[in-house]
Amino acid sequence: MDNKEIILDVENLNTTFISDRKKIRIVKNVSFQLKRGTALAVVGESGCGKSVTMNSIMRFLGKNAIVEADKIQYNALRDGKVTEYRLENIEKPHGPEMRALRGPEMSMVFQDPMSSLNPVYKVGDQVAEGLLQHNKGMTKAQAREKVLEMFRKLGIPDPEERIDCYPHQFSGGMKQRVVIAIAMICNPELIICDEPTTALDVTIQAQIMELLKEMQLKDGKSIILITHNMGLVAEMADEVCVMYMGRVVEFGSLEDVFDHTSHPYTQALLRSVPVLGLADGQKLETIPGATPNPADLKGGCEFADRCPYATDACREKDIPMFQLSPGHRVRCLRYSEYPVVGSGEAEVAEVQ
Amino acid sequence: MSETKTLSIKEQNKSAASSLMKKNIRKFLRNKLAVFGLVVIVIMTVACVAGMILGVDYSTPNPTIMRAAPDAAHIFGTDTIGRDLFARVLYGGCYSIFIGVFCAVLSSVVGAILGAIAGYFGRWVDTVIVRISEIFLAFPQLVLVMMLVAILNKRSMGNMLFVFVVTGWMTTFRMVRNEFMSLKGETYVKVCEAFGMSRANVMFKQILPNVMTPIIVSTTTNVAYFILQEAALSFIGLGVADSTPTWGNILNAAKSIQVVQNQWWIWVFPGLAISLFVLAINFFGDGLRDVLDAKQQ
Amino acid sequence: MSENKEIIFKVQNLRTWFPITKGAFKKVVGHVKAVDDVSLEVYKGETLGIVGESGCGKSTFGKTLMMLERATGGQVLFNYDGEFRDITKFNKDEMFDFRKKVQMVFQDPYSALNPQKKIYTSFEEPLVVHGMKDQAQREARMQEVLKMVNIQPDYLMRYPHEFSGGQRQRLCIARALEVMPEVLICDEPVSALDVSIQAQVLNLMKDIQKELNLTYLFIAHDLSVVQYMSDRIVVMYLGKIVEVADSRALYDEPLHPYTRALLSAIPVPDIHNTKKRQVLEGEVPSPIHKPSGCAFHNRCPHCMEICKQVDPTLAVQNPENGHMVACHLYAEQQKKLQEEQAAASQA
Repeated sequence: MDNKEIILDVENLNTTFISDRKKIRIVKNVSFQLKRGTALAVVGESGCGKSVTMNSIMRFLGKNAIVEADKIQYNALRDGKVTEYRLENIEKPHGPEMRALRGPEMSMVFQDPMSSLNPVYKVGDQVAEGLLQHNKGMTKAQAREKVLEMFRKLGIPDPEERIDCYPHQFSGGMKQRVVIAIAMICNPELIICDEPTTALDVTIQAQIMELLKEMQLKDGKSIILITHNMGLVAEMADEVCVMYMGRVVEFGSLEDVFDHTSHPYTQALLRSVPVLGLADGQKLETIPGATPNPADLKGGCEFADRCPYATDACREKDIPMFQLSPGHRVRCLRYSEYPVVGSGEAEVAEVQ
Repeated sequence: MSETKTLSIKEQNKSAASSLMKKNIRKFLRNKLAVFGLVVIVIMTVACVAGMILGVDYSTPNPTIMRAAPDAAHIFGTDTIGRDLFARVLYGGCYSIFIGVFCAVLSSVVGAILGAIAGYFGRWVDTVIVRISEIFLAFPQLVLVMMLVAILNKRSMGNMLFVFVVTGWMTTFRMVRNEFMSLKGETYVKVCEAFGMSRANVMFKQILPNVMTPIIVSTTTNVAYFILQEAALSFIGLGVADSTPTWGNILNAAKSIQVVQNQWWIWVFPGLAISLFVLAINFFGDGLRDVLDAKQQ
Repeated sequence: MSENKEIIFKVQNLRTWFPITKGAFKKVVGHVKAVDDVSLEVYKGETLGIVGESGCGKSTFGKTLMMLERATGGQVLFNYDGEFRDITKFNKDEMFDFRKKVQMVFQDPYSALNPQKKIYTSFEEPLVVHGMKDQAQREARMQEVLKMVNIQPDYLMRYPHEFSGGQRQRLCIARALEVMPEVLICDEPVSALDVSIQAQVLNLMKDIQKELNLTYLFIAHDLSVVQYMSDRIVVMYLGKIVEVADSRALYDEPLHPYTRALLSAIPVPDIHNTKKRQVLEGEVPSPIHKPSGCAFHNRCPHCMEICKQVDPTLAVQNPENGHMVACHLYAEQQKKLQEEQAAASQA
């Protein structure tokens, strides 16, 4: 797969936080690739590191976080030509290089629309700000036109009036549309959405998800969707990355992960979600125990204490990633007869 | 058997609580400025109280050594009518510190109670109390003091304390009111209402402990404020009468340029005492806030 | 379905309106009609789910049943050993006694426990308030309820911040059970929890209900969770009930267009589900400026002229399972049914 097909290539991303003279590794050797024009869902529960991973990629973290990776490569495609950006090498997270990328190339939609918008500025001004920042020659009138266009595209009613309104005059769903407008206004290719609909009603969630899906299919945008809602994953994603305690435990296409679920955590997750139309008397399965404190982890598989299949071998050393089929890999010793990803065998298996 | 079990639950309690306190004490001790503040406060308070107990002579005028510069016998020198300045500063410290602490604590108590009632009940109760606080705010402290002095024809400590508390409760009131208004919607408050706890109980046993931190911190800074206020009033001659020394009214003597230029010890020492104490209180208050706030997180 | 079940709550024409005031003299200029003319029966021992989106009034409804909000109109009758008494007219003492019968579990486990107090103190308070004077007795009750939620008694001396979200919610459930209530009103009890922890808490709630023969009022916005927990489901929209049905019947045969849209909007974790999702246009109108007629008419794909003017009444659609709906699409059938029933009872 060449750089035209892959828009984001992350290899061995590690993020460590320093707190109180102690170092805690939150993101451990995370690797994945995002194909251009597809949607990748990053799934896991709170504390699994999915948000920290994305913030590390966008270099949003503060001085108390050490972000290290073999590769965080963003491939920008303009006029048929690919420009590679190695984000892990950019020293200043708030310097001009990263800032030039954020907006026109990569953008993020955050979880809570209530706090994503500045209450003292008009909504139109907040959307236009990014545009004016990255297009030095643009006038305010031109920017306003673009903002109106974006509002119409996103389905915000009465855009000419709403553009001069303040955030508190909008409902939750409308606010999130404004946040998406801010993220999209410079026409980035990669959009990272961190639980964009958790705070919204179900019917509004459906509207926003439709919007995102349209952007992916019609405009060819690449989307990373962080969520813990397996239903949304089934509807939106092309590929799924399951994370637990900072590691990728399973990665594959939608079919791979839903129909050929391999990792015990993924299996448990899918079985613990209440689904409409469950037969009477059928009980939800639970995962015993609770997510451990990252500071308390000893060696071996992080899930071992809650896993029904755990053996002593699971607690000894770090578990390698095994390649089950092209594009489907899992980090679990139950599949140890499969080739290890990163060794030559795995590549051979893929080519076949 | 249940007896021994209950004992052990309470025992475990003691060890858990003490470890939390130890952690907070250690955190406080790491803040050098705060520790400095605490040490200074303690030393000065102890010195002043010791001075009062030992009965240092602060009131006998001695015309022979009037306006004497500091020497071995009088380490702070003497004032305009020959009284030992060191004794006066020590004795005066007691009163100044007492004024500061008493007024700060009492105004906090008044402000907290009114703030709790206004914040919790809201609506017309709140409106009435807020209007009252605004009326009090409109009154300049100075005018009130002068009125009282004129009416009662006496410049007593009691009057001053009264005026201070009456004009000083509004800041605590406003802060507590705001906290109560936001905290009364907290879920744990609703839970207590749901199982039938009385409203007074909810206000003072549920919500108030959560507001203690800002109250404590603002009380410590108010101590400094009231000491300074007393000094200011004394300087314009409206403070406590001269026979009872306070740091403020010792400074009163420094109103004449002659004293300022030639008998520097008369105003430098009490001035230093005030500045040092106020600074120490502020450092201590800062340290307290850092420790108490963290616990709430 | 023959209903020999005992009714524990009978709600009749309940209204909870919040006044909107303007100006320094607090002149009332309008009302937020959070609960607008709701009538309902809750049966003993069942789990009644109440579902709807923001602004539908389900939370306010639950709180009004607990008398944490004052009712503006209507009646709420509670079954006191066979005698129905209107709790909206209770005085302070009667209210205090009522608090032992109906308790609530709130949404946010992170703020439901006073962060300044140890769990022991938070648990002791309800018992002290209700007159349990003997400390040994209190501790025995505390241990009893903690056992029911699988939390070790020696955790009593800890502070809330030392517990995880799921544990805190279990503590809240235990605390609500301390006074031995008959009804537990649960307002979004698992929304703030992770998916796998939700399952733990939900299963626990089911076990407790069986053991103690409790009645649950389960209020949530997640229809999947509500359906898993409930025997019957009530769907609310802008302060009114639009549909009432058995859990299964609601899923198999949703009648109201809003219910259909709600069901369709829920993302299902099944990749082979090819159903076309029905995306509802527009937003929920504000409860201050309700549309005339049926509150849903401006978003309804089947809106007719009558819907814009007349508010449909909630009536029985299927007498066999008690399925009720408030929609003009079914008004004629419902009227016929009522006429038949009236004729049958006269004969």
